[in-house]
Amino acid sequence: MNLSETVNTGYFFGLVPLLVFFPIAGMLFNMIFGGKMSEKAIGTVASAASGLTFVVAVLLAYSLSATHGELHQVFLAEWIHIGELQLDWTFRVDTLSVVMMLVVSGVGTLIHIYAIGYMHEDVRFKDDVRRFRRFFVFLNLFIAMMMILVSGDSYLMLFVGWEGVGLCSFLLIGFWYDFNILGQKSTENAEAGKKAFIANRVGDFGFLLAMFTTFWHFGSLQFDAVFESASHHPDPVVISAITLFMLIGVTGKSAQVPLYVWLPDAMAGPTPVSALIHAATMVTAGVYLVVRSAPLYNLVHSTSYIVAMIGAVTALFAATIAVGQYDIKKVLAYSTISQLGFMVAAVGMGAYVAGIFHLATHAFFKALLFLSAGSIILGMERGHHHLAHGHGDHDDADAHHDEEVFDPGDMRNMGNLRKQMPVTFWLYMAGTLALAGIFPFAGFWSKDEILLDAKLHAEHYPGVYWLLAAAAFLTAFYMGRQIWMVFFGKERTEVAKHAQESPPVMTVPLMVLAFLAVFGGALNLPGSHALTHWLEHTIEGVHAGEFDFMVAGVSTVLALIAIGISWLLYGKNPLKAGQIDPLKKPLGFVFTGMENKWFVDEGYGAVIIRPFEKLAKFLSIDLDWNFWHDWFHNEVVYAGFQGLAKFLADPVDMGIINAIADWLAEITKRSSEKLSSLQNGFVRSYALSVLVGVVMILGYLLLK
Amino acid sequence: MDFELLPNLVTFSPLVGVLILFFINPEKKVLFRWVALLTSLVTFGISLVLLSNFDASNPNLQMVTNLPWIQVAGWNISYYMGVDGLSILLILLTTFLTPIALLSTWSAIEEREKDFNIFFLMLEVGMLGVFMAQDLFLFYVFWEFTLVPMYFLIGIWGGPERIYASIKFFLYTMAGSLLMLLAILWLGINQGTFAVPALIEMGGIPAGIQTWLFLAFAVAFAIKVPMWPLHSWLPDAHVQAPTAGSVILAGVLLKMGTYGFVRFNLPLFPEAAVKFAPMMAGLAVIGIIYGAIVSYYQKDIKKLVAYSSISHLGFVMLGLFALNSQGIQGGILQMINHGISTGALFLLVGMIYEQTHTRDFEVYGGLWKVMPVYGTVMLVVTLSSMGLPGLNGFVGEFTILLGAFGSEAIGSAWYAGLSAIGVILAAIYMLYMYQKIFLGPEGSIVQTVKEHGHALRDLSAREIITIAPLLVLIFWIGLYPKPFFTLIAPTVDNLVLVLQAAMG
Repeated sequence: MNLSETVNTGYFFGLVPLLVFFPIAGMLFNMIFGGKMSEKAIGTVASAASGLTFVVAVLLAYSLSATHGELHQVFLAEWIHIGELQLDWTFRVDTLSVVMMLVVSGVGTLIHIYAIGYMHEDVRFKDDVRRFRRFFVFLNLFIAMMMILVSGDSYLMLFVGWEGVGLCSFLLIGFWYDFNILGQKSTENAEAGKKAFIANRVGDFGFLLAMFTTFWHFGSLQFDAVFESASHHPDPVVISAITLFMLIGVTGKSAQVPLYVWLPDAMAGPTPVSALIHAATMVTAGVYLVVRSAPLYNLVHSTSYIVAMIGAVTALFAATIAVGQYDIKKVLAYSTISQLGFMVAAVGMGAYVAGIFHLATHAFFKALLFLSAGSIILGMERGHHHLAHGHGDHDDADAHHDEEVFDPGDMRNMGNLRKQMPVTFWLYMAGTLALAGIFPFAGFWSKDEILLDAKLHAEHYPGVYWLLAAAAFLTAFYMGRQIWMVFFGKERTEVAKHAQESPPVMTVPLMVLAFLAVFGGALNLPGSHALTHWLEHTIEGVHAGEFDFMVAGVSTVLALIAIGISWLLYGKNPLKAGQIDPLKKPLGFVFTGMENKWFVDEGYGAVIIRPFEKLAKFLSIDLDWNFWHDWFHNEVVYAGFQGLAKFLADPVDMGIINAIADWLAEITKRSSEKLSSLQNGFVRSYALSVLVGVVMILGYLLLK
Repeated sequence: MDFELLPNLVTFSPLVGVLILFFINPEKKVLFRWVALLTSLVTFGISLVLLSNFDASNPNLQMVTNLPWIQVAGWNISYYMGVDGLSILLILLTTFLTPIALLSTWSAIEEREKDFNIFFLMLEVGMLGVFMAQDLFLFYVFWEFTLVPMYFLIGIWGGPERIYASIKFFLYTMAGSLLMLLAILWLGINQGTFAVPALIEMGGIPAGIQTWLFLAFAVAFAIKVPMWPLHSWLPDAHVQAPTAGSVILAGVLLKMGTYGFVRFNLPLFPEAAVKFAPMMAGLAVIGIIYGAIVSYYQKDIKKLVAYSSISHLGFVMLGLFALNSQGIQGGILQMINHGISTGALFLLVGMIYEQTHTRDFEVYGGLWKVMPVYGTVMLVVTLSSMGLPGLNGFVGEFTILLGAFGSEAIGSAWYAGLSAIGVILAAIYMLYMYQKIFLGPEGSIVQTVKEHGHALRDLSAREIITIAPLLVLIFWIGLYPKPFFTLIAPTVDNLVLVLQAAMG
């Protein structure tokens, strides 16, 4: 189907390549012309490119609903055709991919707009206004890659997007590559980007193996062909292998145990990036992959259970770490890992709709939380700037580099911000209540659906419900802790007293997200189950679950208790400047563990990274250079040759031997240029003699 | 015009430039620079005519010239030139990279520039001859001939250890070639012809003898590739060679080894190829992992790229010895990809070296801010080299790994599975390099250059022109490799049939 057909049929499926081309066009436009454009113009072009993508997604959704949700494939070009391997650039429009397109482009566009305001200030605090344009170039590229990921019709095309978003993640985490997260000159941000890329590559390694196994057993990488073939030959060993390999990819991209370690560090990126890539969209790609591969996961219960357990364990594990963090974004980062765990657990149990439902609502409320956190951090920066520069009448741009370090993201530096930043406060509250799963916010409905499935299928997936319930309890607790620390009590620093509210370009997109965080549950309310019915067209065997007052009631009560406890600890007696965390005393070493992320990074350093560096050192210095290059070649071969030559020629002519030996010795010794002309003479005559020798041997052979 | 003569015309057209250069006053730099560049561009143009006359659907040799050459004492040596799907891309790669490499020397080579250009064009003749020759003896002549100009390029215009490096390069290759020469002579005398197509058609070499002949050829080619553990000459040669030399060395000369395998070892000795496939794949896997890990620990940018070649060419070898369509086609495409990516890497390293005169990682850092265009170009090339989907390296690596994973001849998915670890390692060392040079706060080199009264400048127009064609290919092959696969597919499919027959 192509554009002309689009016009003829009245549907818009032929437009799907524009999902990729619009953001690419925006990116190229800004790359080529952005140098002379104002910040507003650059931001507008980028946001418009993303906005047009959203329009296309809406048109696709409309076309799909008008054609009863039937799958449409749009061929663009041939790609790799070798023997049985037949891969094309073909787009896939079905109810699942359209949900993803809508979420990515919708949330993406809002974040583009927000970023115009955010980056305007960020590049000024860091003294490099040129990087404003680069940010939007990367952001557009990300949207394009994400669209390839969700709209590809084969595993390989998905993989292109999969690695492409990984690249954007790398570029944007290390966006301020010459700083650390506190704004000091450092390689830390760049290291964080590299860490993300490498951790994801480990996951991609699994993804690659999954594709190879799939191809050699099912003869294709195109989704339908694979599922068709798999249903005819459901060899459990093969399918287990494929799904487990794929799971490695999922743990990388969606930051699950054991590969999650890159995501907390990814907070080095500017806050809009944390919101868009590391909360709302990219990190959910793993969830999407499992749902996309549902026909495979449905065939093997054992791997499904492993998926569910990884999700559930991650959900709880990350939640415990979130409790012990002081950085406002770090709390949200671990919370994201935890919520991704909920989604992975859901899709592992076959609750695909619940997983996608939570993916969507989480995109709304977590993007909201991150962006609000960004607003808070900038508010603090503004306060800091205000204090440092008197009342802004100094324009000594470099001055603040020399001041003592102030961390605008540390919650211990905040307090009572609801007074200075009332708009942000209310927005943050909406996000918090949604995340904590309080009725009737969006998160309540989606999380409840997951918990319900876990409860119903407890027989087949033992333990999942309890892990998730505990994680839900901790979620409410750490969010409560955050609210009390940030917005209530007394200001713990001068800066907090002078924090300033953000401009409308930032807060208006947040209001849209807040609206979605409050009412997003409507997507799949019990009774209507709109999302379930929508996805039924694509995912086989999904059923609308019953609403269970028991499950909903228990989780609500748990959340309220958790918030209550957090009030007792942090709300009733607000933290004072310099005071240690009130949890430290009762929990002791457990809290130390939480604070230090259970020392997982240190563990990886000791078990993987340092041994690898030792190995690399051994192989390159000791084995390859000292032994193989220097000793074997320069000593053994050289000396052997010399010895042989001596043995053969010594009786004949001492003079020649001496000359050769001296000459060879000289070659290795000399490195100066003063004798270069002389050496070149030697080299030539030597080369000539070798050639003459060869010619003589050949001549002899020819004429004998 | 008789298109049958095109291969000869392409091969020897650089000699016209050499002749002209002989008569130019060495003082007239601008003139002979342009003569050499234009010559190589004309050669490239003729090779495009060759391409347009190439029938991609024909799996056999095309545009053949076959004349008796040395016919004494029962020897049957012919001047036999032709093109097919195995060689067409490599020929184009050679004619494409040569002008790029020449253009890069305009600021890098300052001494005896005229001689440099002469050697360079002679080298091109040798390389093109290697890819065109269809007679074993003729092939050997071209093969050895390439050694001489390369030897001088390293030995005269190289770094401080150039003499050591050039002799090592020369001796290593010579040593391997002598075994091949014996095998060639055996074949020519016993089979009555040196013509490769005739030898393939004849077949019938007993399996026991195939083994020995296979090994004799394999050693020569394995040194050239280089396969682990015969790689010790490579870091020396690369680090010491001038930029243009490194570009051609990595871009084309190494491919003569991998090309030799696919042109001679596979079709001439199919039974032996099947027999040795697991062993060759094993060495390839070791090369992939070993090269990647060793790359990570280098302190010199050029050395890192040199070792990364060992890893990348391990992928090519793995693909070739998968002995199936995906593996071999991927392998051939990856030869081109490596030529493009690594060629570009050496060019880019050369560009910064001209300004800083150091390749030590430690002094670099934060260059993206100082040289934004350079940083962006290097990023694309780095990503291409580490196989990012959408760029050229991925298409080759993916098809190779896929082919090797299901290869009957290799017989186990473990080889490809382990090689896939190379994909992780590539990210580790390439990103390490990128970060050390371009990210982080400004390195001390920025200050050092300032103290010398300069400032680091971004890429010049000439440098951008030099690198731009490579960038175009990086995206083209990554997004739409179809035209490239179309050229090689029929010949490879034929070859695979021969190999399948040998598998029984």
